[in-house]
Amino acid sequence: MSLVIYIAVMAGVTYFIRMIPFAAFRRQIKSRFFRSFLFYVPYAVLTAMTIPAIFYSTGSMATAAVGTAVAVVLAYLDMPLIVVALAASAAALAAGAVIPFLL
Amino acid sequence: MKSLFSKNAPFTKGLIDGVPIALGYLSVSFGFGILAVRSGLTTLISVLISAVNLTSAGQAAGIAIIAAGGSYFEMALTQLIINLRYGLMSLSLSQKLDSTFNTPRRLLVAYGITDEIFAVASAQKGLLTARYMYGLISVSTLGWCTGTLLGASAGQLLPASLTNAMGIVLYAMFIAIVIPPARKSRGVLVVAATAAVCSMAFKYLLPQITGGFAIIFSAVIAAVLGALVFPVADETEVAEP
Repeated sequence: MSLVIYIAVMAGVTYFIRMIPFAAFRRQIKSRFFRSFLFYVPYAVLTAMTIPAIFYSTGSMATAAVGTAVAVVLAYLDMPLIVVALAASAAALAAGAVIPFLL
Repeated sequence: MKSLFSKNAPFTKGLIDGVPIALGYLSVSFGFGILAVRSGLTTLISVLISAVNLTSAGQAAGIAIIAAGGSYFEMALTQLIINLRYGLMSLSLSQKLDSTFNTPRRLLVAYGITDEIFAVASAQKGLLTARYMYGLISVSTLGWCTGTLLGASAGQLLPASLTNAMGIVLYAMFIAIVIPPARKSRGVLVVAATAAVCSMAFKYLLPQITGGFAIIFSAVIAAVLGALVFPVADETEVAEP
């Protein structure tokens, strides 16, 4: 098995999945149902990717839960993306340092 | 070139909007770099894989197949399943492209449709220009490849507590994208809640449905429900989610 062919297959399949709908759909879709569906897709996809995966993202459910809580509160307060992202990570890091002392 | 980099130029705005993505990618692709070297690939090959694929779950599955000596067919099918969600994202974004998007630009920008780039692009008000997308994609790709390079060459040097905590960065960014519109729109709130419930049901009740399919099914169920119960108004709302 050749490494170059593996990488070419991987990259080729991934590119075509992205490219075909992008190149094929030229005009505004008329159907109200389909337009509503596409309007909701981003929120549906992002939420499905986040939950429950976020709770497994730091190697410890407890630190991930702390990070998630911080992210939810800051997002609710309309903070910028980068602030929410880094604060959640910092909270998970801090929780990892503190939690062993509480148990 | 002056207009390309001026403060309000779409390319510059894309670069700026891409910075949080690039920072998140640094940490995730750092992990990928560590993983790739552990499974026997060189640093150069690891960075090459990141540069031509630009996808986290797909690459992780890909190096596992390479390490196990799987068939090319298995590689193609796995990538298709894990990355099929990009097709849904491309379809959604295709409705937001401005009139300057000719075929070569579409072919170029298609390379950079990732979860995070899609998320930031679809949160933009109004239509998307090619230059904005170039900015967004180039800074994100730079972060993805740099993280891979660092992880592959120096991964073992950082403390595990830090690399673990970095794992949450991108998910936190997704939360920051979904919650503000969910506060304002009951449709978005119901769709997001439905997607979360479906995703958990697949994970804990139907674990035989793999991650890529679980995301697609959950998203389609939730978005269909939203479209049926809370159809959007006829005018410009699709262009400005």
